[in-house]
Amino acid sequence: MAVVFERPKSLIDVPTHYCPGCTHGIVHRILCEVIDEMGIEGDTIGVCPVGCSVMAYDYFNCDMIEAAHGRAPAVATGVKRTNPDKFVFTYQGDGDLAAIGTAETVHVATRGENIVVIFINNTIYGMTGGQMAPTTLPNQVTQTTPFGRDPKLAGFPVRVCEMLSTLTGTAYAERVAVDSVPHIRDAKKAIRKAFENQKAGRGFSIVEVLSTCPTNWGLAPLDAIKRLQDEMIPYYPLGVYKDVTESVFDNVQGGNE
Amino acid sequence: MAKMTVITERCKGCGLCTAACPKKIVALQKEKRNKKGYFYAECTDQSACIGCAMCAMMCPDCAITVEK
Amino acid sequence: MERNLMKGNEALAEAAIRAGCKCFFGYPITPQTELAAYMAKRMNKSGGVFLQAESEIAAINMVLGAASTGVRAMTSSSSPGISLKSEGVSYIAGSDLPAVIINVERGGPGLGGIQPSQADYWQATKALGHGDFQLLVYAPASVQEMVDYVVKAFDRADKYRMPAMILADGLLGQMMEPVTFPEINPDAYDKSGWAANGHKMQREHHIINSLYLKPDELENSIVERYKKYDIIKETETEAELYLTEDCDVLVCAFGATARVVKSAVNDARAQGIKAGLFRPKTLWPFPVKEINEAAKNAKALLSVEMSMGQMVDDIKLAINCSKPVHFFGRTGGVIPTPAEVLDEIKKIGGNL
Repeated sequence: MAVVFERPKSLIDVPTHYCPGCTHGIVHRILCEVIDEMGIEGDTIGVCPVGCSVMAYDYFNCDMIEAAHGRAPAVATGVKRTNPDKFVFTYQGDGDLAAIGTAETVHVATRGENIVVIFINNTIYGMTGGQMAPTTLPNQVTQTTPFGRDPKLAGFPVRVCEMLSTLTGTAYAERVAVDSVPHIRDAKKAIRKAFENQKAGRGFSIVEVLSTCPTNWGLAPLDAIKRLQDEMIPYYPLGVYKDVTESVFDNVQGGNE
Repeated sequence: MAKMTVITERCKGCGLCTAACPKKIVALQKEKRNKKGYFYAECTDQSACIGCAMCAMMCPDCAITVEK
Repeated sequence: MERNLMKGNEALAEAAIRAGCKCFFGYPITPQTELAAYMAKRMNKSGGVFLQAESEIAAINMVLGAASTGVRAMTSSSSPGISLKSEGVSYIAGSDLPAVIINVERGGPGLGGIQPSQADYWQATKALGHGDFQLLVYAPASVQEMVDYVVKAFDRADKYRMPAMILADGLLGQMMEPVTFPEINPDAYDKSGWAANGHKMQREHHIINSLYLKPDELENSIVERYKKYDIIKETETEAELYLTEDCDVLVCAFGATARVVKSAVNDARAQGIKAGLFRPKTLWPFPVKEINEAAKNAKALLSVEMSMGQMVDDIKLAINCSKPVHFFGRTGGVIPTPAEVLDEIKKIGGNL
């Protein structure tokens, strides 16, 4: 018998600190599968900012940098600009990317920074125990929206892929989910495409991954998957929001040339 | 002829694999727990396994290997 | 050696490039803007990276990213911008990364003003960010010293794997003086043991990190860092002692203020008052040995600053409060005059 499925090599063989049923582990794995398939572990530098995945440096076997809350795109910019031949990715949660780091997010995209952003949207702050995130759905109960998120008080959720796809520097924006095997396959394809974009120098790529947080949602893992399908996907439609075939810098004439 | 193997001590008993299996032959233990106290997943009928690896793809903890 | 007439801010930038600085990340703020403008002209064309960031916060984190890969990186700003950078400086210190930060100070608090100030002394030496850490702080007093200390800051930042700051002010930044640039070896330190620049499947993965969830591990990391600080306090202090051997009144001042004080000391000497100048060139580590040497015969000390007296406590601690320490300062962007300082020296000298 031949092994048809096993852990990717670039995912370090240790138990993770994630809660049972948390889909971080799935995204970690498919990201590492892409790194393995492209053979780029030795040329990849990952940046993980504050959030549940801040300790992902213990799981990804490529070189890793821990960043402050919201600052991963800036850190990644510093890495990529000085190491343009390396693959650089960030792995950010929704509070990180769409609240405290919104400025960094928008500007890394509009600069067309040739990096990959993996954006985990689970509509909640996981690490701090379940507070309202910028992506928390209307009426969703969290620790800081105990009566449900009231948009009149707390505003509306941010749709990140839609927002970033309006920017010229964004080469690729796709929203995927990890609630089922077919969707996981799609998610992996999207991540692969984002890295291929980086390889081809096409510009900024983001893959938004709808994910679960069973613990802070107060749901059993399978019920959390059902919530993702029934409540999140209708609000955050899956699909490709932007996909340029060539570089975002094609036909741009710069003063430095 | 296919085989799925759960790395019992890595399993957190979340059960995502049980719903992913098209043959409905993956289930959580009801009595035995691993060292961390989780009711771990196991294959209830290896002879029915088709090696599709959907259980493994759904597993957040890389606790399943599949051979075919 | 070739001498160039240069503005302070531009000399800082040129010195950084010659020191092997490969990237500059910054955000516009008066009165350091010429530095970024100079970098914009020179950096990309000399094979480096100039990038105007979306904020001071982003700029310092870009520095963190570049420094993580072993590249010499810097940012510059002025007081309010430095406050924004403080988060990133703390992460840089906590991650044991080398980086150079330039503060061309202006008046505060808040938006304050745009005229020269030294009111960020406390921030630079005591609390540039949360947590237990220090950064090297150099206080040049001329355009030439700005050049020399940028070079030294890059060197020492690499040597000790820690952030280093040039604490200048709007006066020095805007001033023009002749400078010469020293020969520099930017590759003096091997960073291959820690830099996160891709392991090429040839080594263990490197992790740049400041997170330690176990208190004893965090404590150990800090204690190790403080052992390094002890060595720095022993070996890296620098100061200028001027007419201190026989002085009755030791005037202490750093940066641009020390130039004013030197005139006042000369004037005092001309009037028969034995005044001397102690000028710390390193603010952290504070030159404790040097000030005690300078103050050995003094009867009183006078700190002159462009602030409300932020260096006074360090002076008192350094001399163990063994002598009276007076203070004279102007703040908010007002530069003290030699005549004002001379008056203070005379007041103190007359009461000895």
